[in-house]
Amino acid sequence: MSVLVQEAPFSVDQQQSLLLASTGGAGLVTFTGYLRDFSAQGAIEALELEHYPGMTERVLEELGAAAVNRFALRGWRIVHRYGRIEQQDPIVWVGVFADHRHEAFAGCQFIMDTLKTKAPFWKKEFMRDGRVIWVQAKLEDTEREHAWQEGVYE
Amino acid sequence: MLTVRFFSLIREALNCEELQVEHHASLLTLDDLKDNLVESGGEQWREALYQPNVVHALNQRVVNTDHELKDGDEVAFFPPMTGG
Repeated sequence: MSVLVQEAPFSVDQQQSLLLASTGGAGLVTFTGYLRDFSAQGAIEALELEHYPGMTERVLEELGAAAVNRFALRGWRIVHRYGRIEQQDPIVWVGVFADHRHEAFAGCQFIMDTLKTKAPFWKKEFMRDGRVIWVQAKLEDTEREHAWQEGVYE
Repeated sequence: MLTVRFFSLIREALNCEELQVEHHASLLTLDDLKDNLVESGGEQWREALYQPNVVHALNQRVVNTDHELKDGDEVAFFPPMTGG
């Protein structure tokens, strides 16, 4: 399995080691997404991530497979948390291995840009001032995902 | 029987996570199911399910609302996704 969706915090080093142990390649590109401390709404205390068990894992598996086909990746791994996320905690980690840097960079970005709008996760922000806000989908994220569909970045 | 699931702010607005709905001949499509839920739930349900950006999933795949339903299907309603 190259997809891990879990509530508990994870170690980026451990996830990278698991990817390295499973495949070869010359270029490794990884992305780690952390909880931001500030949004347009103000200072953020913590985050709660809801997801759709079953659909989430399937969407991420299909996304990894699509990235392999499109960018000739040698290996990939996607890790995403759900539940309550505290400051400094990684939320998401994507690692891809390819024979060349261009494919590795593009494959990792494709997975992240697509995951943002296609994987069934929903973020709820707990603000320092006590407000609780569901995060709205951003138009720029949708546009990025559409751009990949149209091949703009290749 | 159809399993109907709600996520995120739609779940909160309806105060409902999951419903079982009898599948009968008049529930041909997802649109029919929405109408049926609004009919029994009232204005609060209309507001939640007919927001312009609601995403519909059938058996855990995003679909259009004219998709046909069959007994045993799992339907889900949720807002646009915000992962990553």
